[in-house]
Amino acid sequence: MSANTITRKLRSFLYAVLLLGPGSAFAEYELNMSETVTVVGKEIYGLHMLVLWIVTIVGIGVFGVMIYSLFKHRKSKGAKPAQFHESTTVEVIWTIIPLVVLVLIAIPATKTLIKIEDTTNADVTVKATGWQWKWQYEYLDEGLSFFSNLDSTSNEARQKGSGVDVRTVENYLLDVDKPIVVPVNKKVRILTTSNDVIHAWWVPDLGVKRDAIPGYINESWFKATETGTYRGQCAELCGKDHGFMPIVVKVVAENEYKDWVAEQKAAAAAANAGSDREWSKDELMSRGEEVYKANCAACHQANGQGIPGTFPALAGGELTTGPAQGHIDIVVHGKSGTAMQAFGPQLNDADLAAVITYERNSWGNSASVVQPSAVKAAR
Amino acid sequence: MSTVAATHEHHHPTGITRWLFTTNHKDIGTLYLWFAFIMFLTGGAMAMVIRAELFQPGMQIVDPHFFNQMTTMHGLIMVFGAVMPAFVGLANWQIPLMIGAPDMALPRMNNWSFWILPFAGTMLVSTLFMEGGGPAFGWTFYAPLSTTFAPASTEFFIFAIHLLGFSSIMGAINIIATILNMRAPGMTLMKMPLFVWTWLITAFLLIAVMPVLAGAVTMMLTDRNFGTSFFDAAGGGDPVLFQHVFWFFGHPEVYIMILPAFGVVSQIIPTFARKPLFGYASMVYATAAIAFLSFIVWAHHMFTVGMPLAGELYFMYATVMIAVPTAVKVFNWTATMWKGSMTFEAPMLWAIAFVFLFTIGGFTGLMLGVAPADFQYHDTYFVVAHFHYVLVTGAVFAIIAGVYYWLPKWTGNMYSETLAKWHFWLSAISVNVLFFPMHFVGLAGMPRRIPDYSPMFAEFNMMASVGGFVFGASQLLFLYILIKTIRGGEKATDKVWDGADGLEWTIPSPAPYHTFETPPQVK
Repeated sequence: MSANTITRKLRSFLYAVLLLGPGSAFAEYELNMSETVTVVGKEIYGLHMLVLWIVTIVGIGVFGVMIYSLFKHRKSKGAKPAQFHESTTVEVIWTIIPLVVLVLIAIPATKTLIKIEDTTNADVTVKATGWQWKWQYEYLDEGLSFFSNLDSTSNEARQKGSGVDVRTVENYLLDVDKPIVVPVNKKVRILTTSNDVIHAWWVPDLGVKRDAIPGYINESWFKATETGTYRGQCAELCGKDHGFMPIVVKVVAENEYKDWVAEQKAAAAAANAGSDREWSKDELMSRGEEVYKANCAACHQANGQGIPGTFPALAGGELTTGPAQGHIDIVVHGKSGTAMQAFGPQLNDADLAAVITYERNSWGNSASVVQPSAVKAAR
Repeated sequence: MSTVAATHEHHHPTGITRWLFTTNHKDIGTLYLWFAFIMFLTGGAMAMVIRAELFQPGMQIVDPHFFNQMTTMHGLIMVFGAVMPAFVGLANWQIPLMIGAPDMALPRMNNWSFWILPFAGTMLVSTLFMEGGGPAFGWTFYAPLSTTFAPASTEFFIFAIHLLGFSSIMGAINIIATILNMRAPGMTLMKMPLFVWTWLITAFLLIAVMPVLAGAVTMMLTDRNFGTSFFDAAGGGDPVLFQHVFWFFGHPEVYIMILPAFGVVSQIIPTFARKPLFGYASMVYATAAIAFLSFIVWAHHMFTVGMPLAGELYFMYATVMIAVPTAVKVFNWTATMWKGSMTFEAPMLWAIAFVFLFTIGGFTGLMLGVAPADFQYHDTYFVVAHFHYVLVTGAVFAIIAGVYYWLPKWTGNMYSETLAKWHFWLSAISVNVLFFPMHFVGLAGMPRRIPDYSPMFAEFNMMASVGGFVFGASQLLFLYILIKTIRGGEKATDKVWDGADGLEWTIPSPAPYHTFETPPQVK
């Protein structure tokens, strides 16, 4: 791979220019597009390199002529201006040559595009729903559903004035609390949609980027040929925390995948069990704080003050200090026409009761305690 | 009649009313150019905030919501406040002088179309100080982020866009009316200077697409306030419709910002190569071809929205076709330089830099047009690098080239060539330090419009920020050079440049308040 050698040489050259030194903890620096671990992704990479080489050669040609002219045809060297200013033959030639080159690019590009859009015969289907600012994944054939948030270490480090050197955080901004797991060498179909604004699901190493649009279900697919952990980010501006909703895909062997699915099903059943009993206020408050941090603090802020004009304050808020029913209602069902999501489909009864209780009894608020049974009744 | 003409000739108002009530194309041109420059510095200051936050990973200076306001306002101000008004300013000054007309065809409308701008610009900037902040949804303001999920100040943004649209449409009408009706006897269309040709075509683009933009923001307005659901899927609307409407405006818009730049460069290169422009007719046809293609390629901005295969194929083929007329232009400029007798005064330096660097932007444009690869490039810093090469080292460099080229004619004074060369070399080097590394981080996987990033992108971001600070500071030198030249300096000759050709070089320097009251005869 001559392209690789050149990339490597260019990289070491740039290192020298930038004086990065051997101490840099991030020596695995990338200058070029990922070669990816999928068949179609590798074709995309090939197309990218093809066009890159074509424009490089054209550039060397055109810039070469211009630079030669800039040095040779200058007045200070006594150049006398020629007066030619037209040549139909030349014009025709340099119209046709680019056309031919474009056709040469278009042929492989068309072939790859047809493959990208062929989403038939998938082995596994995962639906990815964008939410401000997290991803929900549903394994449609397995009945599994969960949310994937930015991991808490990154989330704490990324706060302004956190005092954390983000260079020490492993996979800073590219790690989640719960990655999706898919089998290797299987065709995985990703369905993308959104619950609020437009997001885009992108994992560079898998060669997949597709918008997640409310009201649409878009299809894309990949077949990873190597196991590993592949990281990506939301690629479409989706509001305040657009930069903080990463995507992590673990590609594992078939049997590992099966085990993982079984584990997830068992865990989901256990989590729902807590909803049938009465909880103490302390239990609700400590659970509620965790749920609040993961789901509410991005908008309403950790101190409950919100952002004036955009996200209402919960501290001393009319709803959070008023009758419990109104508060439960808005958390479970959301408020249409605003950024307030419906959390009913996202969280179980116990988590909802905990977070509502937490909101009603924090930052100076002092209102009633809400039990899981009340949430259940409000659904 | 003769008395009216005589009093008119001596009518040269002074003070603030001269500028408020002026119908003189030169005064209005000056107003446009200063407005654009102030906006350029304002939008530039926002870019400095962005680069300062991105100087290293982690959040240090601003919060993410304010960061989004900065990227959004930077884009809006640079597009609608700086680049477009600057070109209208050049058009106001130069088109009458280049076609031998005494003024623009519709002078009072000319006054109005300028004076809308400061109000629209102020309204747009004032949203930053409102509760909830200013627009934070990107300069492309995709629904529903810009409708259901937008800050309360969005109505001011919508009204500002409406006003900017009015201004642009009126400016375009004026330019078309002037060019089609007021050319000096003997100046046939195919004898017009290329700057006039590119502006004529640009003006038609403006009239065609600004109403489409107005339609998009009006639909936003009714979605937000009057219960419609144009872009709201929950009400039966379609968020993707917004993108189709926006880019039907947006793609011609990028040519609105680059075609007059082609015109400026096509004036400057022949002057300093002392050789006529190569392939004048093919330049005109290539400009028209680019303008036509600009209407039928819009969805290449939307390859990832989930279009049908046939749509993706069509938009890919149509898009890469633009490379043909664009290549013709670059070849023609090169052929104009070839075997010329070149000197390298400031306007020529900026024009040559334009040809080199715009071409790099064109190359990455071709790469982006290849749909399968665009799935990886889309919404990354590779795109940011691409459009800054065409808009900064393209459009902005051409504007600066044009200002140096015509400044002696406008002020009667020569600028300081030494300072101008400093300005050029500082800008030309720093702009590449600023934007070239963005190609690398984009390819390596850094999305655009993020306030914080993985440390693996840190080195190139730091490099870009350093380039950005130097580039920003260099433009203050430009301000100093402009003020110094206006206040005095070596007197300019009427022809200014020994290779210059065209009607604007036949009148005295500085250009008198009224010119070509008797039409010149063009042979």
